[in-house]
Amino acid sequence: MAINRMFRTCPMTGLRVHESAEALIKANAVAAVVFLLLGGILALLVALTRWQAVHLLPPDWFYLVLTGHGLDMLVFWIIFFEIAVLYFASSILLGCRLAAPRLAWFAFFLMLAGGIINNYAVFRGDSSVMFTSYAPMGAHPTFYLGLILFAVGALIACFVFFGTLVVGKAEHTYNGSVPLVTFGAVTAAIIAVFTIATGAIILIPTFLWSVGLVDHIDSLMYRTVWWAFGHSSQQINVAAHVSVWYAVAAIVFGAKPMSEKVSRGAFLLYILFLQLASAHHLLADPGLTSNWKIFNTSYAMYLAVLASMVHGLTVPGSIEVAQRRKGYTKGLFEWLRKAPWGNPVFSGMFMSLLGFGFLGGISGVIMGTEQLNLIIHNTIYVPGHFHATVVIGTTLAFMAVTYFVIPAIFRREVSFPKIAQWQPYVFGIGMTMLAVFMMGAGTLGVPRRHWDITFAGNALGYEFPGTAHLMMGLMGIGGVIAVVGGAMYLLVVVHSVFLGRRIETPGFQRVRVVEGMAPIPVPQPAGAAPQAHGGAQAWGAPGTFALAMVFLVSFVLYYFINWKYLATVWPLK
Amino acid sequence: MADPARDDGLTADELDDGIPFMQQLLDNPFILLFLGVVTPTVLYVIWGVMEIVGIPVAK
Ligand code: HEM
Ligand SMILES: [Cu+2]
Repeated sequence: MAINRMFRTCPMTGLRVHESAEALIKANAVAAVVFLLLGGILALLVALTRWQAVHLLPPDWFYLVLTGHGLDMLVFWIIFFEIAVLYFASSILLGCRLAAPRLAWFAFFLMLAGGIINNYAVFRGDSSVMFTSYAPMGAHPTFYLGLILFAVGALIACFVFFGTLVVGKAEHTYNGSVPLVTFGAVTAAIIAVFTIATGAIILIPTFLWSVGLVDHIDSLMYRTVWWAFGHSSQQINVAAHVSVWYAVAAIVFGAKPMSEKVSRGAFLLYILFLQLASAHHLLADPGLTSNWKIFNTSYAMYLAVLASMVHGLTVPGSIEVAQRRKGYTKGLFEWLRKAPWGNPVFSGMFMSLLGFGFLGGISGVIMGTEQLNLIIHNTIYVPGHFHATVVIGTTLAFMAVTYFVIPAIFRREVSFPKIAQWQPYVFGIGMTMLAVFMMGAGTLGVPRRHWDITFAGNALGYEFPGTAHLMMGLMGIGGVIAVVGGAMYLLVVVHSVFLGRRIETPGFQRVRVVEGMAPIPVPQPAGAAPQAHGGAQAWGAPGTFALAMVFLVSFVLYYFINWKYLATVWPLK
Repeated sequence: MADPARDDGLTADELDDGIPFMQQLLDNPFILLFLGVVTPTVLYVIWGVMEIVGIPVAK
C-alpha cells in the first residue's frame, strides 16, 4: 500500500498539514457536532422537564431522553472531538504524516456505527438505564454492543495517535521533546487507554449477561469497575481541554509555557493519579473500606487537583507574560482588560478556564471528600458539578478552538462573525446559571434524575422548600439560555463548514514529500507558537498570582462552610 | 540511545552531559503509557476488586 505523503502548508498558520490527517480531523469533528446537536435537543427536553413549572415530558420519556442526553453528550460528542484533537496534536503539530490512515478510517466508522447502534437502543425505549447503566438494571443488548464498538474504535484511534508519534520521531520531523500541547494529548491518550480497557472489562460481560450467556453481574463489582471507565473518561476530557487551553494561549497570544518542567510535571501527576479519583463515585457505597476510598480520593485525588491548579495558574500566567511583553503593563490587570474579548477563540477558552476552576474544581473537591460527600450524594448538586467541568470546561474549550479549526483546517471563513462573537458568552452564562442553581438545589436535597420532586399523587410525599423550586426554575432558565448558545454554535459551525466562503490561496498546492522523509517544518507566527518550547522565564505574572489568591480564598471558605453545614445535618450532642 | 559497547555505569560527567532522567521519562510516551495504566489498575481496580471479593456471602 502506498503511503500518502501529500502535505500542504497552511497559509494562515504555517503548519504542514498532512492530507489524510486533515480529512480525518474533519470527519471526526463533523461527527462530534452531529451528536452535539442531538444531545442538545435532548438537553432542552430534560431541562424543561426538571423545571417543575413546565414539567414537559411524561416519566418514561424523561428517563429515555435523559439517558440519550448523557450518552450523546458525554460519550459521543466529546470523544469524537477528542479524536480530532489527538490527530491535530500529533500529525499537524509534529508536521508528520498520520500513521495508518486506513486504520484511522476504520476506527472512525466503528465509532460511528457504535454511536448509531447505541442511540437505536435508547430510542427503542427499553434501555432507559441512564448512561451509567448500573446492573442489575438491564438494557437491550444493542445498548452495550454500541458502546463496545465505539470503545474499540476509540482505542484504535489512540494507537494511531501513538503510532504517529513514532512516525514523527523516526522521520525526524521534530527534535527532542514533543511540544507541550502534544504532551497534553499524550496524557489524554494514555488515560483513554486505561478508560477503554476498563470499559471493555465491565461492558463485555454485561453484554453477555444481556443476551443470557452470563447469569449474574454483581452490582458492587459493576459499579467499581464501571467507574474506572466512567470517571477516567472525564479525565481524558480534562487533559484534552487543558491542552486546548495551552494551544489557544499560544495561538492567540503567541504565549509560551512559563515553565515546561512544571507544566509537564503537572501532566505527569494526571497520568499517575487522576484516574484513581474514580473512587469518589463509590464514597457512599458499603463494601469498600475507608482505606481504599480515602487513599484513592483524598491522597491521590489531591495530587491531581494540584496539577489542575498548576495548569490553571500557568495558562493565564503565560498569557499575562505575553501581554506584558506587548506593553500592557499598567496595574495588575491591564493585560487581561486589553485581551481580545471579542475573539471567541479567546473568550471561550478563558471562560472555560474560570468555570472549570472556580465552579467545577472547588465543587469537585467538596464531593470527593468522604464526609462532605454525604451532604450532596445523588442530589442534583452532582450534575451541577459536572456541567461545570465537562460543559463549561471541556465543551466550551472545544467550541472556542473550533473557531480556529474552521479557517485552519476546513479552509472556510467563519460565517456570522457577530453571532460567533457572542456565542461563548451566551453559552457560558447560561451554563453557569444552570450549574450554580443545580448546586444550590442539590444543597437543599433535590435529587438528581428525578422526574417529579412534588411527588404529586404519591402516598409518601415530601415537601421541598419553595427555594428549591425557585432554584430549579432558574436552572431551567439557565438551561434554555445555554441551549440558545449551543444553537448559535451549531448555526455558525454548520454554515461555515458547508456554505461558508472558501479561503482561496493563490498558488495553493499539495506537495508530495520525498519518500522516507516528512517535510521540514517552517515555523511561522500563529502555527509556530503551539509548536515552540517555553523556557525558564521569569515568573512575572502578578495579576495571575492575585487571581490565584482569590481562588484559594474562595476554595478555603467554601470548604469550611461545607464542614459547618455537615455539622448541622448531623448534630453531635 | 544506549551504546551496547558501553557498560551500564555512567560517570558523573556523562550524567551531566546527558538528558536529565525526568526529561527522558517524559519524552517516552510508552513508559508513561505503562505507568498510567498500571498505577490505577493496581491501586484502584485490583485493590478494590480484592476488597469486594473478600466480603463474606450471606447465607
Ligand atoms: C445545552 C446545554 C445543556 C443543558 C441545558 C443540560 C441540562 C441537563 C439537565 C437538566 C440534566 C438532568 C439532571 C438530572 O435530572 O439529574 C442533565 C444531565 C446530564 N447532562 Fe446535561 N445539559 C447540557 C449540556 C450537556 C453537555 C454538553 C454534556 C456533556 C458534555 C452534558 C452531560 C450531561 C450528563 C452526563 C447528564 C447526566 C445524565 C444522567 O444522570 O444519567 N450536558 N443535563
Ligand atoms: Cu468522577
